[in-house]
Amino acid sequence: MNLDKNTEQTMLDDAARKFLQSKCPSSLVRSARDDDAPFPQELWQGMAEMGWMSLTIDQAHEGLGGSFDDLTVLLEAMGAACLPAPYFNTAVVSATAISRSSATGLKENLLPRIAAGKLVSTLALIEPDNSYGLDNIQSTAVANANGYLVNGIKLFVEYAQGADYLLTVANTEGDGLVVLMIDANSPGISLTPAPTLDYSKQCEVFFNDVQVESDLVVATGEDARELLLYLEQVCAVGKCAEMVGAMQTVLDMTVQYAKDRTQFGQPIGGFQSIQHHCANMAVDVDSARYLTGLAAWKVSENLPAAKEVSMAKSFVSRVAIRVAKMGHQVHGAISFCDEFDMHLFLRKVQSASMAFGDSEFHQEKVAVELGL
Amino acid sequence: MDFSFNDNEQSFHDELNDFLDKELPADWYTKPVRWPHDYAGSPYRDPKDEETGEVFRKKLADKGWLTISWPKEYGGRGYTNMEQAIFDERMSYYLAPASGGISCGIVGPMLLRIGTPEQQEHWIPRIASGEIGFWLGYSEPNAGSDLGSVSTFAREEGDHFVFNGQKCWSSGAHHADYSWMIVRTDADARKHAGCSLFIVDNKTPGITMRPVINILGNHSFNEVFMDDARVPKENLIGEKNKGFYHLMQALDFERISLVGIGTFKRFLEELVEYVKTSTRNGRPLKDIPSVRHKLADLATRVEIGYMLFYRTAEMLDRGQEPNVESSALKVMATELARDMAEIAMEILGPYGQLTEPGERAPLRALVSRGFLESISATIGAGTSEIQRNVIAQRGLGLPRV
Ligand SMILES: Cc1cc2nc3c(=O)[nH]c(=O)nc-3n(C[C@H](O)[C@H](O)[C@H](O)COP(=O)(O)OP(=O)(O)OC[C@H]3O[C@@H](n4cnc5c(N)ncnc54)[C@H](O)[C@@H]3O)c2cc1C
Repeated sequence: MNLDKNTEQTMLDDAARKFLQSKCPSSLVRSARDDDAPFPQELWQGMAEMGWMSLTIDQAHEGLGGSFDDLTVLLEAMGAACLPAPYFNTAVVSATAISRSSATGLKENLLPRIAAGKLVSTLALIEPDNSYGLDNIQSTAVANANGYLVNGIKLFVEYAQGADYLLTVANTEGDGLVVLMIDANSPGISLTPAPTLDYSKQCEVFFNDVQVESDLVVATGEDARELLLYLEQVCAVGKCAEMVGAMQTVLDMTVQYAKDRTQFGQPIGGFQSIQHHCANMAVDVDSARYLTGLAAWKVSENLPAAKEVSMAKSFVSRVAIRVAKMGHQVHGAISFCDEFDMHLFLRKVQSASMAFGDSEFHQEKVAVELGL
Repeated sequence: MDFSFNDNEQSFHDELNDFLDKELPADWYTKPVRWPHDYAGSPYRDPKDEETGEVFRKKLADKGWLTISWPKEYGGRGYTNMEQAIFDERMSYYLAPASGGISCGIVGPMLLRIGTPEQQEHWIPRIASGEIGFWLGYSEPNAGSDLGSVSTFAREEGDHFVFNGQKCWSSGAHHADYSWMIVRTDADARKHAGCSLFIVDNKTPGITMRPVINILGNHSFNEVFMDDARVPKENLIGEKNKGFYHLMQALDFERISLVGIGTFKRFLEELVEYVKTSTRNGRPLKDIPSVRHKLADLATRVEIGYMLFYRTAEMLDRGQEPNVESSALKVMATELARDMAEIAMEILGPYGQLTEPGERAPLRALVSRGFLESISATIGAGTSEIQRNVIAQRGLGLPRV
């Protein structure tokens, strides 16, 4: 057993932390929030130059051929930086979906562009009556001579205004779900901004008779369902990795502050109540890290992972918020200021905890895996 | 034991309901953007509501209701603390703009206890009429929980004190007229023994403010700098160098008057209504056992909050100082404010994260706000850790370490 990163992963981690520290300081997170642009272009290009866009794309499509495990190393670093860009949406969700597709033309068309940082894609999945899972998708895709005609409403679409493509799930008549890469500039698409706590520039997306050509079909029928179930796992664990990164930073900041801040003539870290808070946070962070590692490893190795993925997502979603709130508590009033970074992490973990199934949704799945 | 109101209390309760129903529109509770136990005041999304609120407040002041438990000769109604509590509960349940705030909740009662007759005559009528507003000048960069180590210094010079130093987290200082401030007046005394309380005019030359934006994106905090600011001696409140001991009482008042216990009940009712009428993934929320259990838990804790709140009023009426009890109330209510937001967020799912009101944002997008807002509840006005220290050490007699 080796519960830690391997050598290459350690190198990847070091490089990522160094890059993000200099290119993605918290001041950038705030300016990205306040800026009209959907996300900071320069940062995006820098990440592409680091090879991050292509990390898990196979070498045949100009990628680095890394594993999902490797990817979680990056995601953790990005969580620690509250990255204000659609990396997860593009390089995790969309690249994974396309890579798993059997449509060779689609792969050849899109994967090299993703790898080069020239294509931004985001996921359009959630609907008014379908927050999680795949059982109640109301958007329709009606097959026609050239592909599909799509209608529907998608909610909570991150960075939609900056996306070239919308990875969309719709229901066909008779052939189950279909997964499509919809050109965001297609006629019939409109966007309404719907801001959320995490500054990810979310929109509602309306599809009104949007024609999608057949060369943009990612998967149909049984393939689509299988792909989506796999994606759900990848995304749930990916969000856990982001949360672990954020939690670790919160813990580090908090322990440092507990050593530096004095009240009543001693560091506040000298009070046992503060020590216990910090100790509880540390146990939460460790637990979250190993549970996420286990799930990531199983997914990476193509082992059955449903139970571990849901254990991780349900547990990490819960403790990440607890840790962020405790970070605030130990810092006192200073953490209630916009100019202090703590709330960026609270916002980040709040959103990640909801994404791809909240704690309860995944607890239910664990129960099912237990045979209940 | 008797958990019911007596006749006086009941008729006052009914009178308040009638008044509120008559003077405020029925949907008023949807107007202020407030989370239970917030510190950031009650901003309105619509300036028209601000005006309605001002008119209403004026009516309260005219009735003497901003100061109901003050003696009649000071513009009050001479009501009991229990009646005051009933008033606070009803007003907060309607989210009425009724709080006399720091002025009527803290400064006024303190002046009635420790002010000179001249000071009472000078300040009390203007406070009771709602004419002047105060901010609390306690915290400093190096004096948060450890309030006894304030270092802003007031030097005696003729008929003035000359202030130098800095306050921080000064909520609403930019809207207020005066500060209720604690500063050091004896550099040599042991730390708690060298502090005094003052009323300080914001317009005093030498006072400057810097706005600080909070995590909701609002300007609620300020840093306030005092550079040779000359404060007349008659603004010293209570005994010189006894400020810290006076302040302990003021802090009890703060913990009690801030709670706004009725907002908890109101929000719980709104959440229950939402659950009754909404679905998730096509399934009625009200049929999901975990959702039901969460609401049951919240409802139980709101009920407890009411009891702990009324207990402090009852003690004040008996002439007891609800010192430990106000700490218990504060811990209980502020942690409930946090959990209510977290649970509401869980129940609303992704919709809880929306920050702008709109068709898809349940409960006027209040939950995302509460999620952030309630972070401050367990920190401001004495952190939960400090309240627990009070309960353990002063209340239970456990040793200090
Ligand atoms: C929204 C808001 C509004 C505020 N408004 C005002 C205002 O208008 N005027 C004003 O004067 N102040 C105001 N404050 C400041 C408030 O009074 C302080 O935040 C509070 O007293 C805590 O001080 P601190 O923030 O410096 O934290 P610190 O005292 O530095 O505490 C940091 C951490 O150490 C813990 N700690 C400290 N001492 C002990 C101990 N002995 N045992 C165990 N744990 C301990 C604390 O619980 C906390 O977790 C406001 C604060 C907030 C959040």
